[in-house]
Parts: sequence; structure tokens; C-alpha cells
Amino acid sequence: MTFTFDPSLRLYIYLADAAFLGFVFLALAGGVVAVGAKRLIHAVLGLATSLVGVAGLYVYLGTHFIAAMQILIYVGAVCISIVFAVMLARPPSEAEKVPRAGPGKLAAGFGVGLFAALVLGSAVLATRWQAEPTAVEGTLQQVGEGLLTRYAFVFELISLVLLVAIVGSVVLARRGRRPTGG
Amino acid sequence: MTDVFPPDLIRLIVSFVIVVAFAFTNAAVLVLVERKICGHIQRRPGPFEVGPHGLLQTAVDGMKLMAKQMLVPRNADASLFRAAPILSFVPPIAALIVVPFARLLQVRDLDIGVLFILSLAAVNVLAILVAGWSSANKYSLFGAIRAVAQNVAYEIPLLLSLLTIVIWVGSFRMSDIVAAQGGFWFAFTPMGFVAFLVYFICGIAETNRAPFDLPEAESELTAGFHTEYAGMGFGLFFLGEYTNMLLVSAIATTLFLGGWNGPAFLTTTGTGFWATVIQTLWFLAKVYGLIVVMIWVRWTYPRVRFDQLLNFCWKILIPISMANLAVTAVWLKL
Repeated sequence: MTFTFDPSLRLYIYLADAAFLGFVFLALAGGVVAVGAKRLIHAVLGLATSLVGVAGLYVYLGTHFIAAMQILIYVGAVCISIVFAVMLARPPSEAEKVPRAGPGKLAAGFGVGLFAALVLGSAVLATRWQAEPTAVEGTLQQVGEGLLTRYAFVFELISLVLLVAIVGSVVLARRGRRPTGG
Repeated sequence: MTDVFPPDLIRLIVSFVIVVAFAFTNAAVLVLVERKICGHIQRRPGPFEVGPHGLLQTAVDGMKLMAKQMLVPRNADASLFRAAPILSFVPPIAALIVVPFARLLQVRDLDIGVLFILSLAAVNVLAILVAGWSSANKYSLFGAIRAVAQNVAYEIPLLLSLLTIVIWVGSFRMSDIVAAQGGFWFAFTPMGFVAFLVYFICGIAETNRAPFDLPEAESELTAGFHTEYAGMGFGLFFLGEYTNMLLVSAIATTLFLGGWNGPAFLTTTGTGFWATVIQTLWFLAKVYGLIVVMIWVRWTYPRVRFDQLLNFCWKILIPISMANLAVTAVWLKL
């Protein structure tokens, strides 16, 4: 009674395609909401949706660990801290709507987007991709070993950057705590 | 035929249906159990009118909740207001799919089992935030802000205490963790016991239950983040809360109390039908034992103050769990 998974079944391929399209839709729709929403909190939630979609794409690629981390860190930590900051600022009844960008700014944004898409797209098309990725048993162990051996320096460097960020935020927060005006 | 309806796909669909049905049944039973225990702790019988000894009270309450109109306040953000209850009850139910009820009774045995549950738990905070913010009500907003401060703080010792077990076993996989407890349960080792205590306290805080129910403290915030919810919107929040209790207890059982293993000689590791039944019964007995303790704690201790709550976490629980993790790591290397 083990969970047998036969990837050659046609139904599975259809289901996988449907899941893939669903996740792409989530990622894109969330992105559109994040950019176009009139209220800040809708934009943040759009961002969260988009990140969940990206996590779904990681699942599609068979990297459950990175998908779980994506949700844990980006949705669970980053989005919540953004929402928290927004919420402390204004409740919905008073929330003023973000003004629409003018046509000049829109055109500039579109141009930058197009440029990025062209660069990325040509890079993707120019790369000679290796065989399609397959889910390897014990990916988690490989990630852990890689982080503590081959990529240990990079890993520590990132920790240092985060440490500086923490110290910086503590310094900023302490300044605000000083009693004002006696 | 198997090409059109492969058996494992059917198995997957059936297990999802069972998991959802289990979550709903669990909530319905727990509401009654909670009210009965609460009643007896306060020297009154609890719900008593509907059915024998009030046993049908939950069914009637459920019907009432479903029949009620779900009002949306005028200034509220309607779409988010409606989405929040769904966001709050889907993640805990989804997390149930990695819980091993018996050796074979587990929907998916992911190699990131523990992480999977934790990442879904993170979404729950977002649901409370959305509910509190979209209600356009001061009390709701305060409740949501408290919920975030509380959940973010208590998530740290919770993760550290789970990490103690994970580095001990060397795996996030639920079945590996249960298998490692064939001979002894982690809760009966010194480090495991400390981790278990820290985890259980944090679990009560994460489910926003008394004495840590500041996000819905009725004496100061009306009903906290779900003040504005009526009917099934409110019902879904309750469903989420009781499923979360189930989940917290199920993780505690799996990681600290030996999962589906019975005590010393009453245990079985078989894969037959009766072995599965016995394992499931052991698992559920432990889970509901823990849930009863949570209910007991709720109706015994008064609510703490918010600064006490945060100080307790940052100044006591986090140092303890860090020290515990360090001691375990050193002990494992010796």
C-alpha cells in the first residue's frame, strides 16, 4: 500500500499541467493586483498571492523544501510585517487611495518592464538547459550539507548582512523610544 | 480503467474527503466537550436542554450558524472580510495531510513534514490580520495587532523546541520521528521534556487560547478580531481554532509522545487492519488527552496581561528553548 506514482499516466500529465497553469495564474494575477491595487493592503495581499503561486511552481519542480521556505519566510514573515506596518498606519475607512500614476510614468514603467522581459527572455532562450529536473530523494540533506560545506562562506556572509540589518533596526527603534519633551 | 482512474488518485481524493470530514467532526465534538468541561469546572452542568445531557447542542448551534445571515459592516472591506474566515480554516485542515494517525494512515509522508505544517501555520496569522483590518472596527484591529505580536513572538520558541527533536532524529519526516520513538518517547527524556513543555505553552499561545487569548479578550476587546463576524463566518473561525488545537496536539503527540506507538508492551508496529486500528486509537487517545489538558488550562487560569505575555516569551521561553537546543546539540555530538 505504498503511494505509487506512475508519471507516464496521461491523467497525471493533464493534472500537472493544470496545476502548473493554476500556479502561473496565481503568480501573475497576484502580481497584477500588487501593482494595480488602489489600497495598499490589497497590494500586499496580492504580493502574498503571487508568492504562494511561486511556491506552487517550486512544488511543481519537486523542491518541496524551497516551496515550504518560500511560504514560511515570504508569506509568513515578510508579508505579515508589511501588513502590520500598513495596518498600524490606517484602518480601511480612512485609507486614502493611492493616486494613479500619470501617462509618462506608466510609459516609463512599461519600457523598463519590456527591457527586463527582453533581457531575461533572451537569456532564457540562449541558455542550453540540461535534462529536466527530477525530484531527488534526500534533497533536504543535500541542501543542508551544501549550506554548511561548499557554500558555508556565502551562508555566513548572508548571516552577517542580516545581523547588520537587525542592529540597524534596533538603533532606529531605540531612537524612537527616547521620551520626547521631558 | 486504471488508466482513466488510477487507484492512488482515488486514494488521494478519498483521503482529502476523510480529512475534511474529520476536521468538521472534531470541531463539532470539541465545542460540546469544551462547554461541558467548562460547565463542570464552574460547578454547573453546561448545555443540558437539547438531547440527552445536551448532546445535540452542537448540531443545533451549527444549524443556527448556517441559517444566520453573514452581515458585512458598511465600512468594511467586503471582499477581504469574506475571504478571512476561509483563509483561517483552510491551512490547518491542509496541514492535517502530513499527520501520521497510524503507520499506514497518513495521507502524504513528505520529507519536509514538520516544515510543511509550520509554513501553513504562518498563513493563519495573515487570516487574523485580514479579518481584523477589514472589519473597520477598533476592537477588531486591536485584536489583530495583538494576535500578530503574540504569534510572531511565540513562533520562535515553538520552532526552537521542534528543532530540538528534528536535530535529534535528523529528519523532518513525520514517520522517521515516530520510528525514532519506538523504544522511548522524547517527552520522557530531560531535553525532550523541556522542549515538550515549551512547545505546549507556545501551542496554547499560537491557538490564541486562554490564558493567552489576548486577541479576543472579551472584557476589553468585545470579541477581538472576529467581533464583526456573524453566522458561518464566525463559525469558520471557530472551526479553524478547533482544527488548530487538533493540529497542535497532533504535532505534540507525533514529536514528543511517540505518535501511534503505545506504551511499552501494548504497542504494535504492524501494518494489518487491527494493528492500524490500535495505532490510530493510541494516537487519538494521546491527541484528545492533550486537548482536554488545553481546555482544562483555559478554564483554570485567568488571562495574563499583554506585557506579561510578551515578557514571558522573550525573557523566559526563548532563552530556555535556546539553551535546551544547545545542550541537545552538544549531547548529540558527545
